[in-house]
Amino acid sequence: MSTSTTTKASGPAEDTAFTAPRAEDLAALLVSARRPPRPSALSASLTFGWRAMLKIKHVPEQLFDVTAFPIMMVLMYTYLFGGALAGSVDRYVQFLLPGILTMSVVMITMYTGVAVNTDIQKGVFDRFRTLPIWRPAPMVGYLLGDVVRYVIASVVMLAVGMAIGYRPEGGVLGVLAGVALLLVFCFAFSWIWTMFGLLLRTEKSVMGVSMMVIFPLTFLSNVFVDPRTMPGWLQAFVNNSPVTHVASAVRRLMAGEWPAADIAWSLGWAALFVVVFGTVTMRLYNRK
Amino acid sequence: MTTTDTDTTSGPATDPPAIETHQLVKVFGTNRAVDGIDLRVPAGTVYGVLGPNGAGKTTAVRMLATLLRPDGGEARVFGKDVVRDADAVRARVSLTGQYASVDEDLTGAENLLLLGRLLGHGKAAARQRAAELLEAFGLADAAGRQVKNYSGGMRRRIDIAASILNTPDLLFLDEPTTGLDPRSRNQVWDIVRAVVAQGTTVLLTTQYLDEADQLAARIAVIDHGKVIAEGTKGELKASVGSGSVHVRLREAGQRPAAERVLTSVLDATVTLDPDPVALTATVDGRASELGAAEEAARALAELARAGIAVDNFALGQPSLDEVFLALTDRRTGDGRDGAGPDGRGPDGGGPDGGDGTRVDDPTERTTAR
Repeated sequence: MSTSTTTKASGPAEDTAFTAPRAEDLAALLVSARRPPRPSALSASLTFGWRAMLKIKHVPEQLFDVTAFPIMMVLMYTYLFGGALAGSVDRYVQFLLPGILTMSVVMITMYTGVAVNTDIQKGVFDRFRTLPIWRPAPMVGYLLGDVVRYVIASVVMLAVGMAIGYRPEGGVLGVLAGVALLLVFCFAFSWIWTMFGLLLRTEKSVMGVSMMVIFPLTFLSNVFVDPRTMPGWLQAFVNNSPVTHVASAVRRLMAGEWPAADIAWSLGWAALFVVVFGTVTMRLYNRK
Repeated sequence: MTTTDTDTTSGPATDPPAIETHQLVKVFGTNRAVDGIDLRVPAGTVYGVLGPNGAGKTTAVRMLATLLRPDGGEARVFGKDVVRDADAVRARVSLTGQYASVDEDLTGAENLLLLGRLLGHGKAAARQRAAELLEAFGLADAAGRQVKNYSGGMRRRIDIAASILNTPDLLFLDEPTTGLDPRSRNQVWDIVRAVVAQGTTVLLTTQYLDEADQLAARIAVIDHGKVIAEGTKGELKASVGSGSVHVRLREAGQRPAAERVLTSVLDATVTLDPDPVALTATVDGRASELGAAEEAARALAELARAGIAVDNFALGQPSLDEVFLALTDRRTGDGRDGAGPDGRGPDGGGPDGGDGTRVDDPTERTTAR
């Protein structure tokens, strides 16, 4: 209770100074206004991306999940499994880091759905939806804003990884290529969450459903261990999971290889996500 | 029912009305939130949509603003269909919803800048426009504060500022003053008047009768998703059939005599006010206003002749409150026939006489058009 009151502590600002709108000023404003041409799809999307940046500026706490959470993931799993699975932490981190990077960033994408869901409850969405702009722009704007969050998470994790002994063979280029592929995949994958964000009624249900999807999808992959030790049916799932393809591609890109097949699979999945969930999202958005 | 088509055939010659709906329907589950609404809003006016909570006002506005798809009937805004031509409609309207249609996490300036960019202004132009609007709406000092820290009145103003960033041809104001203190309410009214003076059409929904009375030229009263009355303020008041004569006597002892005189002269119901020297007679306002005044004068003369000293005398039109309550009571009272198609009153007396060609289901309309 005390927290909710403190947020309003600064209080509704009083506006006693304002007596009445100056009618002449207002008239001049209305007359002078010329209607510019409608913005391009790209420009509108970038403007919504800028809105996401402004929100980070005003509520910086929301960066917690792309800073503290990834650090925790790296340290926890490296030291928990390192000795047992690879004999030493040093050796395991070479294998784990690209995978845990993939897993963490894919997990972080689910906050998109929550953000969409809380936002859509507010009146501001009515305004966006009555604007004569490219319809998907608000959604694309979210995802562009989220890409910035994914970049932050990636940088944080790579820094921690390097600090505890990760040495990517692929050098700067390999790491950049790996991160770029991951970002493209996550941008596409996030359309699942915009869909759930629009589909489900409450923030809590979005969170619940997101967990149900994200945990099996990320854990049932080759992020932690080589799938060859798994039972056949599980191998079938794991080997065809999009997260496995992305994790493999990122791991090998960062190791200085060129995993053409895994890259192709990752991009193929990404395209599929955009086509399927992007379409459903826009349908829901238009009908909401 | 007969002829919305007359409006479209006259289309090429005249501009289409700002809003035209025909049997508009929206159903949520089993609730027919909007149940066959016909509206015709001439361009350049303030049109009031009046109704209690849950009457379907907001749902109707959301359909007209392209936010909801109608389940039946059709709606055109400046001649463009709200479903098929939604983008063309969006280019000409803006909406200030019941809840602030601005981003509460952003500052006032950021909100206007964001919208300016989305409406196609360049960075510099958007910045300038935002500054001008903030200044004109008395928000310059609050420009750098997050909207969530604004007072109710300030929120409304930033919201309306956002709505007129590009001057819209049609502005939807959905209960713009609900929850505001009287001073903020007056500010909003002043803004609305200034906007209308520049040629913008305003569709105003409200549950406050005095608000409709203050701002709107024509009013539709809706209840349970249907239009139960439509017309100018005068027409609505006349249709309810009551004007009232308030009389204050010099001596309380003469009240019974005065009551008898008024009852016989005016053929009206006379009510005794709590004040022992006052009484009120309800005049049949379905007679013209002139008639009511003449009748009242006659009553005054009769009182004088009976030797009753009158201290004060007033002839009042029914308030919209009375109109509203009478209309909604009538419906809940005995089905939907109400006063029926009484046919009296200033037919076609509104600003656009062409309206008279439209004949609607008489059971739906209690007022003369």
